[in-house]
Amino acid sequence: MTDIATSQPIDAATAPGSGRRLRTATQIYMYVALILVAVIVVVPLISTALGGFKTLSDLRGNPFGMPTEWQWSNYGDIIVSQRYWLQMGNSLVIAVLTVFLTLAFGAMAAFCFAHIRFFGSDYLLNYFLIGLMFPAATAILPLYIRIRDLGLVDTYWGVVLPQVAFGTGMSIMLFRNYFRNLPSELFDAAFVDGCGYMRFFWHVTLPLSRPIIATVGIISFVGSWNSYILPLIMLNSESRYPWPLGIMIYRGEFNTEWQLVLAFITLTILPTIIVFFLAQKHIIAGLTAGAVKS
Amino acid sequence: MSMSETTMPGRTYSAARPRATLQRRKRSLKHSKWPVLLLFLPPALMLFTVLVILPMGEAAWYSFYNWNGYGLPEQWVGWRNYQLIFRNGAFSQALINNGMIVVASILIQIPLALWLATMISSRIHGALFFRLIFFLPYVLADVAAGMIWRFVYDGDFGLVGGIAHLFGAEPPYWLADRDTAMYAILGVVIWKYFGFHMMLFIAGLQAIDKSVLEAADIDGATGFQKFRLVTLPLLGSTVRLSVFFAVVGSLQLFDMIMPLTGGGPSNSTQTMVTFLYNFGVTRMQVGFGSAVGVVLFVICVTLAFSYKRIFMRHD
Repeated sequence: MTDIATSQPIDAATAPGSGRRLRTATQIYMYVALILVAVIVVVPLISTALGGFKTLSDLRGNPFGMPTEWQWSNYGDIIVSQRYWLQMGNSLVIAVLTVFLTLAFGAMAAFCFAHIRFFGSDYLLNYFLIGLMFPAATAILPLYIRIRDLGLVDTYWGVVLPQVAFGTGMSIMLFRNYFRNLPSELFDAAFVDGCGYMRFFWHVTLPLSRPIIATVGIISFVGSWNSYILPLIMLNSESRYPWPLGIMIYRGEFNTEWQLVLAFITLTILPTIIVFFLAQKHIIAGLTAGAVKS
Repeated sequence: MSMSETTMPGRTYSAARPRATLQRRKRSLKHSKWPVLLLFLPPALMLFTVLVILPMGEAAWYSFYNWNGYGLPEQWVGWRNYQLIFRNGAFSQALINNGMIVVASILIQIPLALWLATMISSRIHGALFFRLIFFLPYVLADVAAGMIWRFVYDGDFGLVGGIAHLFGAEPPYWLADRDTAMYAILGVVIWKYFGFHMMLFIAGLQAIDKSVLEAADIDGATGFQKFRLVTLPLLGSTVRLSVFFAVVGSLQLFDMIMPLTGGGPSNSTQTMVTFLYNFGVTRMQVGFGSAVGVVLFVICVTLAFSYKRIFMRHD
């Protein structure tokens, strides 16, 4: 993880191919290519944000450029609407609960697998790792029936618990690998001093595990914040919809008024973009390293 | 420790102390092992069993019934649900589409990602900025990306329509045409995921020993020769990992399709999961939908196992 986290691609000392100075022609060709790809990435996003400021007829004639007249009310009406904040709130509650339980359950189980040998421990670990091999969608109908029979349909828990369950494999895997690489002298010393497993977990393991807690936390937060299929199936009331479902409903309601839909999309992805720019190093490292290691 | 014991039999004191420590440690292990196991394992174990493993088993069971999800499944239909799946044209289309996503990833996305990664890893100003921009689509929700591109592809109000207008051409409606819709979706998949693959390659490039490339330099290798003969072979494991993620991602693709086409027009953009949703979930055909889930499960597990066995055994 650290090798990605601390990576500085501009650092000439570590970059491959740095043995020779790049020729100007090569550099120009590189910049043209990189800027071209960057434009393709960014133009849809910027056009979406600008489109939210236009009138529908303006959008029809002028999908690329600046708005002829800035329609601030498109955004203003959504910002003051209850539904926008409700959906953001729903997404946040679901994501925070998911992250907390994924971290807690994953770290606790991984601690057992990392430090204690018990009858069948290898089999049990492999049992958890089965969960890494197939997506939640495969068993979505029986899962729905189970959640319904537990009385959790149309509640936050009906979304949170399956998300945690499907995240345990990843969480246990990442935590266990990390715990096992902590220096074992710590463990020996703690036991000589008469420290039990639980105190060791709480006072030694967890404080040393901030990087992996961040990685697992970021993976499960992003997954939950963006999740669509589980809320789609488990929730019925619009008042509990997280924002990805909200976009679909909004689009269904205003399907003749693209400018409003664009403003709505922009406002819903805005938190993601802001957080991404603020914490980009951690987010990129967490998502990439987490994927590689699990 | 054992050395001092065997070579210097007189000095028992120094040897005895670690042994006593060991015994005490063993005893303390024995005493405190079970409480922690009984407290720490059950939450994850119960949740995982009840919400992941049992539903998968139940899917296998329900798949032999015709059932609407209420009461108990009673109408046994044997293998009929499976026969219906494999006779369904939309399902074969979904299989083809999942395959197309993997092929597009191997032919376009991964080479693109590798190309960008080599440029960003070379000494170039603004590398950090480009890395940030290219990764941005990956953190956006699939639903949002799908909705944004629905606007981009819109013939009347979107960017593609605007470009056509600029050239005085008739606006194309790619998403509404069954011959072009899937290609349009492939474009969005690449737009959204190339940055992730690029990051894998950047990490892979950093792990390459610089001295190998310097040796190639001294031998007078050109930039392209260095890439083809040194860098690329050393990136083998990253390429295999990247392809693996493309396969896994393709098998899960659902969120992005729904805002773009929902699987239409006339089922031309179904994937396995949209097929499961459109034919199993929305019609509450629990038996049929479960059978689709079982087929998807078998495909996922078979691919994961055989891919790891065949391509990634040395990684």
